Amino acid sequence: MAAVVALLGVITVIGSLQVGIGWGAEGPKSGFFPFWIGLIIVATSLFNLVRAYNNGSRKLFASWHELAQVLKVVFPLTVYVGLIPWLGIYLASALLIAGFMRWIGRYGWLLIAAISIGLPVLTYVTFEMWFLVPLPKGPLEELLGL
Amino acid sequence: MEGISDLMAGFAVVLSWQNLLYMVIGIVLGVVIGVLPGLGGANGVAILLPLTFSMSPTSAIILLSCIYWGALFGGAITSILFNIPGEPWSVATTFDGHPMAQNGKAGEALTAAFTSSFVGALFAVIVITLAAPLVASFALQFGPAEKFSVFFLAFCSFVGMGKEPPTKTIAAMMLGFALAAVGTDTVTGQLRLTFGSTELLSGFDFLVAVIGLFGIGEILLTMEEGLSFKGKASGINPTVVWQTWKELPRYWMTSLRSCVIGCWMGITPAGATPASFMSYGIAKRTSRAGEKFGTGEIEGVVAPETAAHAAGTSALLPMLSLGVPGSPTAAVLLGGLLIWGLQPGPLLFVEQKDFVWGLIASMYLGNVVGLVIVLTMVPFFAAILRVPFSIIAPIILVICAIGAYTVHNNTFDVVMMLVFGVAGYFLKKCNYPLAPLVLAIVLGDKAEEAFRQSLLISQGGFGIFFSNGLVSTIMIVGLVALLWPALSNLYGRLITSARPT
Repeated sequence: MAAVVALLGVITVIGSLQVGIGWGAEGPKSGFFPFWIGLIIVATSLFNLVRAYNNGSRKLFASWHELAQVLKVVFPLTVYVGLIPWLGIYLASALLIAGFMRWIGRYGWLLIAAISIGLPVLTYVTFEMWFLVPLPKGPLEELLGL
Repeated sequence: MEGISDLMAGFAVVLSWQNLLYMVIGIVLGVVIGVLPGLGGANGVAILLPLTFSMSPTSAIILLSCIYWGALFGGAITSILFNIPGEPWSVATTFDGHPMAQNGKAGEALTAAFTSSFVGALFAVIVITLAAPLVASFALQFGPAEKFSVFFLAFCSFVGMGKEPPTKTIAAMMLGFALAAVGTDTVTGQLRLTFGSTELLSGFDFLVAVIGLFGIGEILLTMEEGLSFKGKASGINPTVVWQTWKELPRYWMTSLRSCVIGCWMGITPAGATPASFMSYGIAKRTSRAGEKFGTGEIEGVVAPETAAHAAGTSALLPMLSLGVPGSPTAAVLLGGLLIWGLQPGPLLFVEQKDFVWGLIASMYLGNVVGLVIVLTMVPFFAAILRVPFSIIAPIILVICAIGAYTVHNNTFDVVMMLVFGVAGYFLKKCNYPLAPLVLAIVLGDKAEEAFRQSLLISQGGFGIFFSNGLVSTIMIVGLVALLWPALSNLYGRLITSARPT
C-alpha cells in the first residue's frame, strides 16, 4: 500500500514540475504547493514502507474467502458502472439489485421483482418528479416515452 | 444581549411548517442512515446534497444538519441492540450498552444513550451560541497568514490526536491535498496535474470522494466480515424511560466531564470517535463502579454517548466561525455552503445572520425533535437492520451511484466513486485514516490560497508565519501537535533510559 501511495506522490511531483515549481512573476507558480505535497507523500510512504518491512509482521492482509466476498461486490458494481452509460441508471440499477439478490441472497423471483422494479420507480418519482433532477436514461425509457 | 435576540430571530426563521417538516424528514432519514452499514453521516449528507441545490440555503442546512443529528442518534441503536457500531463513534457505546441489552435492560440502555446524546448535543449548542460569534468577530481580523496557521493547526491536530501511525495520517492527508490540487489552479487559473485528461479538468469532487471512500469502502468492509445481524429485542416504554430518567441525574459529574471532553475534541478537529473513547476511559478510571465497566453499567453508556454528541455538534463551531470543519460530516456541510453560494468563515455572522442563527436555532429544536423521534420509533429502526444484507447492499450501492451522478450529472463521477471505493477499502485495511484525507480534499484549495497569498505578501519569506504574536502562537501550537507523537515517544524513552541508572 505504501508503495502505491509513494507512486501517487511521484506522479504529483512530475505533474507539478510540468507547470513549474519556482517563483514566477505573480508569486509562487501553480506547481509550487503540490510539488512539496508530493515530496512529503513520497517521504512518509518510504518511512511507512521501511517500517512495514522492519516489523516483519506478515499478517495476512485478508483471507481468500474474505477477498472473494469483497470481489462479489466489486465485480457486479464494476459491471453496473459500465452499464449505466448504455442502459441508463434505472435499468442498470434494477439489474444490479436483481442479480445481487439472486446470486448472493438466493431469493424467490417474486421478491426480487418487487424490489428491483420498485426501487427504480421510487427513485424516478423522487428525483425526476419531486426534485426535478434528471438521471441518465437508456433505450428502455425512450421506449416508454419518459 | 444581542446574541439572545439574534437567536430568537433564528427561531422565528426555523418555526415555519416547511422547515419543521424538513427537520423531521432529516432526523428520520439520519437515523436510518446511521443504522444502515455503509451509509454514515458524512456520505449520507453527501448523497443528499445535490437534491438541496434548488432549496433555500436555510432549509437545506436544516435538512442536512438534521440528517447529521439523526445519524449520531442512530449509531447508538445498532451498538446496543446488535453489538454492531453503526458509526465509528459508537464503538465505545457497545462496551456497556450491549451487555445491558443482553441482561434484558435494552430499554434502559437506549434511553440512557439517547438522553445523554441529547445532553451532550445541547451543551455543545450552548457553547456554539455563546462562543461562535466571539470567535467569528475575532477571526474577522485574520490575514492570509493567520488563516493558513488555523488550517495548519487543524491538520496538525489530526496527526497528534489520531490513533493511527502519524506517518500514515500525514500520507493520507497529503494525498488529499494532492487530489485537491488537480484541475484548475484557483490562484492563477492555470491547469495542472491533469496529464491531458479532459475528465480531470474540473478536478476531483470531494462529494464523490466521500461517497466512494465512506459508502462503497464501508460496504466492502462489511461484506468481508460477512455480517449477520443478531439483535436483541428492544422493549422501550414510558415506564422504562421514566425510571431511567430518574436514575440519570446521579451521573451528572460523568455527564459534565464528557460534555467538556466532547466539545474540546470536536472543536480541535479530533472528532467524535476519540472523544467517546477518551470519555469512556476516564469514566472507567474515576467511577466508583469502575471495575464493573464492560458488564453493563449505565454510566458506561452515558460517558461515550455524551462525548460523541458533544464532539459531533461542536465540530460545527469552527466550521461556522472559521471555515475549518471539525469532522468529515462538517466538511461535507461546509462544501454545501460553498455550493449554495455562501462563503463559510467569520463573515457569515455578519452577512448571513438569518442563515447562521437559523441553523443554530435548528440545532436546539432538532435535538429535541430527535430525542422524541428515536425514543418513540426504536422498534421501527431496529426492524430495518433485520432486513438481510444481500437486499440492503445493492440498494445502498444504487443510492451511492445516484448520489455520485447527481453531483455534476456526469457518469464519469460514478466511475470515480468506484475507484475511490476500492481505494477506501485498501486504505482502511492498511490503517490509513480517511477523515484527514477528506478534510484535505475539501480545504486543499483554500489552504493553498492562504499559503500562497502569505508568501506573496512576504515576498517568499517563511518569516510571515511567525511575524506577530497571534500567528506564531497558532503555528507553534500546531507544530507541537504535529510533533506530539514523536515528543511523547522521546519522553517515554528518556524515562525508561533514566530509570536503570
